[in-house]
Amino acid sequence: MFAAFMAHAWIVATMVAIVAGAVGFFVVARRAAFAAHALPLGAFPGAAAASLLGVSQLLGLAVFSVLGVVAIARLQRGERREVASALWLALSLALGTLLLGFSGQYVQSIYGLLFGEVLGISRGQLEGVAALGVVALSLLVLFARPLLLESLSGDLAAAAVGRSPRLEWVFLGILALSTAIAVPVVGALLVFSLMVGPASAARAFTDRPWRSLAVSVALAVGTAWAAIALSYLSNWPVGFFVGVLSAACYVAGRLCGRGIVAQAA
Amino acid sequence: MTDSSMALAVEQVCVALGGRRVLRDVSFCLEAGEFCGLIGSNGSGKTTLLRAILGFVRLEAGRIRLAEQSTGTGLIGYVPQKIALDPGLPLRARDVVALGLDGARLGPALPSRARTARVDEMLQAVGALEFAEQRVGLLSGGQQQRVLVAHALVRRPRLLLLDEPLANLDVRSTAEIVALLRRLSREYGAAVLLSAHDMNPLLPAMDRVVYLANGSAVAGRADEVVRTEVLSSLYGYHVDVVRVHGRVVVVAAEASEQIHAAVAHNPEHTTAVP
Ligand SMILES: Nc1ncnc2c1ncn2[C@@H]1O[C@H](COP(=O)(O)OP(=O)(O)O)[C@@H](O)[C@H]1O
Ligand SMILES: [Mg+2]
Repeated sequence: MFAAFMAHAWIVATMVAIVAGAVGFFVVARRAAFAAHALPLGAFPGAAAASLLGVSQLLGLAVFSVLGVVAIARLQRGERREVASALWLALSLALGTLLLGFSGQYVQSIYGLLFGEVLGISRGQLEGVAALGVVALSLLVLFARPLLLESLSGDLAAAAVGRSPRLEWVFLGILALSTAIAVPVVGALLVFSLMVGPASAARAFTDRPWRSLAVSVALAVGTAWAAIALSYLSNWPVGFFVGVLSAACYVAGRLCGRGIVAQAA
Repeated sequence: MTDSSMALAVEQVCVALGGRRVLRDVSFCLEAGEFCGLIGSNGSGKTTLLRAILGFVRLEAGRIRLAEQSTGTGLIGYVPQKIALDPGLPLRARDVVALGLDGARLGPALPSRARTARVDEMLQAVGALEFAEQRVGLLSGGQQQRVLVAHALVRRPRLLLLDEPLANLDVRSTAEIVALLRRLSREYGAAVLLSAHDMNPLLPAMDRVVYLANGSAVAGRADEVVRTEVLSSLYGYHVDVVRVHGRVVVVAAEASEQIHAAVAHNPEHTTAVP
């Protein structure tokens, strides 16, 4: 499983897991799990449209992720984030259905988009993922403290700068970037699990925020590696193991977290 | 009052929310180091007034001036009402105070001895050093309130706004927090504006009171404001200010309708009115 043709898979999965683990920390802290589900899934018709038009899938994903961010952030003004996310999801999936109706030819690639095809990553895709990943992580490092403060309380964050800090746009933007790089690799359905599982487990293992973020990244990378290894050995799809292992992280975190609460009580 | 000691001047402020007048013609001043109670029943406009001072709501008329040092820089300490701290959030009491110091800054937080010392000093000042390493969402209400006060004060603001910080505390924690705030406001020279529906725990500490009813306010020393004539004119109908067992109670004259919860909601307080 360490053969040359697997090299791309290991590298790209590691990069995606690092980004997903780090972004996931804030997704869970901000209780935005549903947005983290709606953005990738809502971006997937973008990739479908891109393959229909013959342009880069990454481009299609990026465009639709950005559209999703704008839609969710705008709709959110009148509604709650869950409602805004659900509306966007419904709209984009409707569009996806339409695109599917236009052409039967891309039905093969639909599976890859939904569940990922980590084993079929090209050199070009690898470079795209690396570039966008660096951008996403840089933004995350830049805004880490304000995002954490806002997770604690929006009012406290606003009081610190004397106005609403408008971090939701920044946050959704980072989420969209990580979506665009993760969807071709782990698939639209499973990006969410890689973001939420490790991150929610990580908060149970430590009380320190940045340490918890590091644990989240480590668990996400561990999940991705284990998934590839298990998939190679069993010949079952990578996505299956990503989903199952992420859920296992979450359950482990919940059990451990209950231990902490019991201790404190 | 000289301008240099002025911490806050609220001048004929009117605020409308959802097409309804919530504050009308509210005026008062606070000097550095003053401790002021913002008293009024639920819905009287306390939270709205504090948010207007913070710049979160647009003024329909009037203006709000802050001390030189605090204009523009957002240097107002603020403890919001009913803040629910997520027990799942991996954040220690110490981290919350550190976020008060530089949580709005961009870039990674580089550990520095000066930063740690300042956080420790603040934790010590509010008596939170013992539980500094514990997860903040799992602390008791009184402990969380201390941590939030430390968060709000760590940048040494000239003005500290607290929205119903006593609402969920038992009698003992209430007295402790009031004494703590009184002491800190003198030590740090910060004006404190604290909203409450029950003025009694604040009576020993207050230099000044702003009494809100239906969006209008009277301000002054407690003995000037909390009087039958003054409050009757504010409410627009007759109320009696009654002093029993060292507590002040405001009651409407007709019926036994209690117009203002001067009587504590806390069952541990003795209730002075039937
Ligand atoms: N966003 C809003 N839109 C419309 N009315 C509001 C809004 N926020 C508060 N109000 C109304 O303004 C009045 C004052 O509210 P508030 O300042 O929260 O009072 P308090 O803090 O004293 O309980 C209440 O009658 C409340 O219903
Ligand atoms: Mg209020």
